[in-house]
Amino acid sequence: MIVAAAADAGLSWNLVRDVRQMFAYPFMVNAFRAGTVVAVTAGATGWFMVLRRQTFAGHTLAVAGFPGAAGAVWLGLGATYGYFAFCLAAAFLIAAIPTAGGAAAGRAAESATVGTVQAFALACGFLFVNLYKGFLGGVNALLFGSFLGITDGMVLTLTAVAVAILAVLALFGRPLLFASLDPAVATAAGVPVRALSVAFLILLGSTAAEVSQITGTLLVFTLLVIPAATAQILTTRPALSLALTVLFGLLVTWAGLTVAYYSPYPIGFFITSFSFSLYLLARLAVHAHDLLDRTARTPHPARASA
Amino acid sequence: MTVRTRSTQVSVDAIDTVLPAGTDPPTAVNTAAVLFRNAAVRLGGRLVWSGVDVEVAAGEFVAVLGPNGVGKSTLLKAALGLLPLSVGRAVVLDRPPGRARAEIGYLPQRRSFDPSVRIRGIDIVRLGVDGHRWGLPLPGGERGRAAGRRVAELVELVGATGYAHQPIGRLSGGEQQRLLIAQALARRPRLLLLDEPLDSLDPHNAAAVAALIRTICQRAGVTVLMVAHDVNPILSSLDRVVYLAGGGAVSGSPTEVITSATLSRLYQTPIEVLTASDGRMVVVGQPEPPAAHTDRHVGTGHS
Repeated sequence: MIVAAAADAGLSWNLVRDVRQMFAYPFMVNAFRAGTVVAVTAGATGWFMVLRRQTFAGHTLAVAGFPGAAGAVWLGLGATYGYFAFCLAAAFLIAAIPTAGGAAAGRAAESATVGTVQAFALACGFLFVNLYKGFLGGVNALLFGSFLGITDGMVLTLTAVAVAILAVLALFGRPLLFASLDPAVATAAGVPVRALSVAFLILLGSTAAEVSQITGTLLVFTLLVIPAATAQILTTRPALSLALTVLFGLLVTWAGLTVAYYSPYPIGFFITSFSFSLYLLARLAVHAHDLLDRTARTPHPARASA
Repeated sequence: MTVRTRSTQVSVDAIDTVLPAGTDPPTAVNTAAVLFRNAAVRLGGRLVWSGVDVEVAAGEFVAVLGPNGVGKSTLLKAALGLLPLSVGRAVVLDRPPGRARAEIGYLPQRRSFDPSVRIRGIDIVRLGVDGHRWGLPLPGGERGRAAGRRVAELVELVGATGYAHQPIGRLSGGEQQRLLIAQALARRPRLLLLDEPLDSLDPHNAAAVAALIRTICQRAGVTVLMVAHDVNPILSSLDRVVYLAGGGAVSGSPTEVITSATLSRLYQTPIEVLTASDGRMVVVGQPEPPAAHTDRHVGTGHS
């Protein structure tokens, strides 16, 4: 049966048949499972990251996964462990930056340290890739993502980590929102602002490690930033905005996987293009809405002078 | 940016909604809400002030005055327990500072939200109600509904109903300040610590917000300790002022403290207090300290 399906792999006009054909391959089923898990996790963590304006830290945590994965492959371990080990180590490193000088001073010190960590991580990754001679084809997958060869074990690991991340977010999402928007008042209300920001970096590191395995370390933002940014353009209601973020993430991941299955080009490009289009559409829609609103509200010149 | 002004509509019926839970405000007048005895604070090796004695009785409206960089915000942070005293003793609502935070509403020096913050005004107020709680509110649960009702009451109390559903960053300074006062009142505090709530408001809005604070203080019996750089908008409502200068403090009624003699003694240099024909007071000759104005930036308060 699989042989028969493989023989006529290609798009037809029968959508149901096409989808059924795609899911006849276990690797595609695993790709969809992993993609779904990753999209939901990235949406939830990414929403807080965009709100906290820590996108630079998020990017660095993702890039830190590259030497991790390259090093793990070089040592003959699974890339998954490398991603998690290095992303989490980078999260602890960034969390160790003292912010005692106040919020503004802390942020400047943070971005400089974050940049330093990022440069070093990329350099290490490059070294590991060179040490492992027969690896050249894999660099693309590590940097720009791949949906091939996701095993049942990987899906299980991704799901377990995702459940842990979502449980922790559900537990401290509300104080984290308070601490992110208004740290001074949150501190006075007894919210442990510093501890929450360290905990959030660790969540962000775990999420970046998860997302890297689908989109590659350089395109993590596709699922971590763009859906959240799009949702926050469209609505100011926190719950709705969070739900939209997850929905957008799922849509672009599923669409990207499907198109990548039928095309010779890499998946990272498709997922990114779809989310970028969504973002543009949202911007245009809000801009058009504002324009209409302003035109409607401007008083008629004749009436204004009367 | 256009400055929007809206008239204050403080609904008097809604004042009951800020009554502290489980207290009878008029009875507790004799106990001090805030007490500092011979207190001193050191920040990064620098002595901010020392020998400070402050006593704020329950239900009083007290202003903390003084030039920039003299440690007015530090006094509020010490009362909250966010900064330790290096010398002396402090008691806040009958407990050591830091133990009474659930009963204190705090408005830090601002702090305005920038236009890109995509959160509504009512969400900011809601954070004051239950933002410190762990876990998620069940959708449609009784606790969530009660919090929603509380937010609506608070928004009505500060007269912000017309704009509370807009993104907070798009509102004017006065509108944001009202919503932040609503947030500070969310947990029915017995004590309000306000750090320059009238700063950066135009005179009309400053008068309206001052009237709102006075109403809350008088009708709900909430003690108010408020840092101000201009005493005039609140002069008629004040029970007492604390004047910080020259590393120390003088406290008493406004007519005792804001005089040429007292301020000259405090600054150890001739100071003149003039009263304009409309009752406004002007302090002339106060030396501006060379202090860096770091407190103007969010969160770096050293004042």
